[in-house]
Amino acid sequence: MAAALRLCPTANAARLKEPVASPANNPIIEMRKVCKAFAKPSGELLPVLADISLSLGEGEILGLLGRSGSGKSTLLRIAGGLIKPTSGEVLYRGQPLSGPAEGIAVVFQSFALFPWLTVLENVEAGLDALGLAHDETRRRAMSAIDLIGLDGFQSAYPRELSGGMRQRVGFARAIVIEPVLLLMDEPFSALDVLTAEALRTDFLDLWIERQLSTKSVLLVTHNIEEAVMMCDRILVLSTNPGRIAAEIPVPLAHPRNRLDSEFHNIVDEFYSILTSRTTESIGAQRKIHGGLAQPLPPVPINLLAGFIEALASSPYDGRAELARIAGALALDIRDLFLIAEALHILEFAELQEGAIKLTAAGRVFAQSGIEERKRLFSEHLLQFVPLAAHIYHVLSEREGHLAPRVRFESELEDHLNPSDTEKTLRAVIGWGRYAELFAYDDDTRTFTARSLS
Amino acid sequence: MEQHAQVLIGGPWHQRIPTWRDVVATLLVVAIVILLGSGAHQMIAPLITTQQARISLSPAALPVYALRTTLRMLAALVASLIFTFIYATPAAKSRRAETVLIPLLDVLQSVPVLGYLSFTVVFFVSLFPGTSLGPELAAIFAIFTAQSWNMAFSFYQSLITVPTDLDEASRSFRFSGWQRFWRLEVPFAMPGLIWNMMMSMSGGWFFVVASEAISVGNIQVTLAGIGSYVALAIQQRDLAAVGWAIVAMTITILIYDQLLFRPLVAWADKFRFEQTAALVVPRSWVLDLFRGASLLRRLGEPIGGAVQVTLRARLALPGKPRWRPVFALPRRAADFAWFSFLLAGLAYVGWKLAQFAEPELSWGDVSIAAGNGVLTLLRVAILIALATVVWVPTGVIVGLRPRLAEKVQPLAQFLAAFPANLLFPLAVFLIVKFALDPKIWLSPLMILGTQWYILFNVIAGASAFPNDFREAAASFRVRGWRWWRQVILPGIFPYYVTGAITASGGAWNASIVSEAVNWGPTRLNGSGLGAYIAQMTEAGDYPRIALGVAVMSVFVITMNRLLWRPLYAFAQRRTRLD
Repeated sequence: MAAALRLCPTANAARLKEPVASPANNPIIEMRKVCKAFAKPSGELLPVLADISLSLGEGEILGLLGRSGSGKSTLLRIAGGLIKPTSGEVLYRGQPLSGPAEGIAVVFQSFALFPWLTVLENVEAGLDALGLAHDETRRRAMSAIDLIGLDGFQSAYPRELSGGMRQRVGFARAIVIEPVLLLMDEPFSALDVLTAEALRTDFLDLWIERQLSTKSVLLVTHNIEEAVMMCDRILVLSTNPGRIAAEIPVPLAHPRNRLDSEFHNIVDEFYSILTSRTTESIGAQRKIHGGLAQPLPPVPINLLAGFIEALASSPYDGRAELARIAGALALDIRDLFLIAEALHILEFAELQEGAIKLTAAGRVFAQSGIEERKRLFSEHLLQFVPLAAHIYHVLSEREGHLAPRVRFESELEDHLNPSDTEKTLRAVIGWGRYAELFAYDDDTRTFTARSLS
Repeated sequence: MEQHAQVLIGGPWHQRIPTWRDVVATLLVVAIVILLGSGAHQMIAPLITTQQARISLSPAALPVYALRTTLRMLAALVASLIFTFIYATPAAKSRRAETVLIPLLDVLQSVPVLGYLSFTVVFFVSLFPGTSLGPELAAIFAIFTAQSWNMAFSFYQSLITVPTDLDEASRSFRFSGWQRFWRLEVPFAMPGLIWNMMMSMSGGWFFVVASEAISVGNIQVTLAGIGSYVALAIQQRDLAAVGWAIVAMTITILIYDQLLFRPLVAWADKFRFEQTAALVVPRSWVLDLFRGASLLRRLGEPIGGAVQVTLRARLALPGKPRWRPVFALPRRAADFAWFSFLLAGLAYVGWKLAQFAEPELSWGDVSIAAGNGVLTLLRVAILIALATVVWVPTGVIVGLRPRLAEKVQPLAQFLAAFPANLLFPLAVFLIVKFALDPKIWLSPLMILGTQWYILFNVIAGASAFPNDFREAAASFRVRGWRWWRQVILPGIFPYYVTGAITASGGAWNASIVSEAVNWGPTRLNGSGLGAYIAQMTEAGDYPRIALGVAVMSVFVITMNRLLWRPLYAFAQRRTRLD
């Protein structure tokens, strides 16, 4: 790893334009009843975040955990001043935040490196806005590169580097400006498991040894283990709209060990919270508009079938802790929850308290042949997915048994945003085709009824 | 001429659905063209004489002429670049500016350059009477218009497709507007910009040659350059001189290709956004030379350093650059005000148009022009069809063999760049000698220079055809016509359409100088819209020149909107793999 170069704290104070007079109990960033809504095509507002209040103090890493679509990236960007909230206040070091502020740095999931600049130039780019002298810029960039372990790669272009190295450049670029608040948007999720682990531990080492001038970190992630590994406090966000569902402190001492029983307990607690949130939200969606506008996870049928088969076989025999089966099947937490949600909606499995259990129908599905599976799936689809039943009935009633996609799209868009609408339609088309309930022509974008036999 | 070379570098081309805005923009441009024409008529009275360069027909004079021609090209290139930055940036940043600027640009791409050359000559000559600066500027302006619309469009496309994460990173670093422009937006747009620049320059030789010797009514303009050399050679029926000019042009194009085109494309490789190293990295010996020559680099360092400092300087406006209007109009009201202002402007232009056109033009004139237009349209359609039948199979066969493609592709690009109007005198000479019917035999001249676009686009498409598909087709023993129809033709279809759009646009332009040609005192008239415009230009009949140009613009725009763009969108939709 890099040589332990300390970034000089006294020199910092001399360079800052305003004195940092924040006593220990003044939060670095504070949000009060922040809401964010985006305008739908019809002009109505679609709430993404509702009533978020949080505060982040010095010396802590705060984690934001949630499913995709829970608005956690939006929340991070609001904290960074990149997006303005629709209502509510954001205070950064006691002052209202009105745009990207000095002392805040962001690390992106997709690295966001300029492809036409070398590593050194990319890192120096972060300092451009400060208008420093060339020598000073060069010196700080070199020391940041050294700290993060990129020494020797200064003249390489991003396309020559692997994903892990690129994210190190992203980190170097963020820490070179000596930020007070570091915002990280799923920084390790685009990396493979080993590289992510290496980078995580490197970052934690720098943090623990106080080699960074950063005072607090806001980390957005969908990976429960990662959150428990790194954060001092974790906020769980619900979906549609995003609200803070739970706040769990992680009082474990660094360095943390994944194999610790304490660690396991905390992880399991999160799985429980997330599964109960999922089942609650599915239940709530069922009540709106007859469940027609329930957002469906676009999971292909082969994943569903494969998962059911895996769950039915030993050692699970129809019931598994989500944490265990995720590891065993090498499933991303996102994919796992999507599959689990789909199976819960179709009632082939049931989510309860951090575990997933096959229903009787699910067991039958696991053991049947293709024809039988299709028949069973078709029954469940008609019974438990109101949108599929709706499409089926519309097709059978209409003359010519044709219906354009836009008709269902506009029905869904009254309740869902365009991205959720697209995913829901994709899911129902895939499932409907498998169940042989209806056919869909992508060229003409119409649903057609299959011949009733 | 429209260039959609984005497809060649793998970038997206966003199909704009034709809306009422396009119709409005078309009308606006047509109206302005006709107005300019009528206005120019009134401008010519006081100025008759301009400095005439003495052209010598000796081959020894050619290098100097070639140099002057090239200098005009480069001047136009610099002007285009500046125009691109100034025009495309507000179009990308302001929603309201976009509603006007982009349809306008779209339409301007289709107006034939050689048509309004006559007006611009008059305009510039009237600005600088008595000197040769006027005609020079007119020639440079002609080349400028051939290049800048494409470049502005490409830059605009790049600006609106800046990746979100880079955009957010730049904003979180609090770059000033100036820094953001040079740090993020220009580098991101660079590959498309350079490619379009080079393609436009290739097409520009044609216009340079055509604009160096102009005669509009009783204005005679000759600028020292290869174009006027050839014009004089035609007048004096000197075939050998034409031959020398062709040789000189060939050498010039080769030199500029090696010294400018290839180094720039190789340098632009570092701006490519795809994050993987390319399989084929463009190389240029000139660039390698510059990179290797340490003495040159040390000489260049102070300049390079100064440029870097300027581009990285903050240059932020003092205080908050956000201005708060005294009274903030709600968005709807502001939109309404903007549109009514546009509508009022359009109505005014339309009224002025009616005022001017009334005494000069009649519906009879319009019907003559339209009739000629149909004839030219027929020719363009038949020629494009013929070129397709010949060059698509050739392109496919060449493109599927990489080593052959390597040799043929530069040749095809060279042929596309070579100004075909230098070859016209040869063809005309032959037609006169064998007393052939000009109506039929002048037609191929239109496609002579532009058919190569179809060839090298198809070669590019065939080279990029995924190997997996070829192997799958071979393993299933798909052969003969089935192979053509189901395997290769759909694969190269978007590339073909790109080439065909460029070829047909170029053919329309070429018609102005190829449907009515001279050889010494002999005049050959092939009739058609190009001949109509050429005849009116010679006669100095400005309103009818304007009418001809307007009619041609309408034909080109209609063909683009109704045929080529839907075809391209269809090709994209059908052949998408993701």
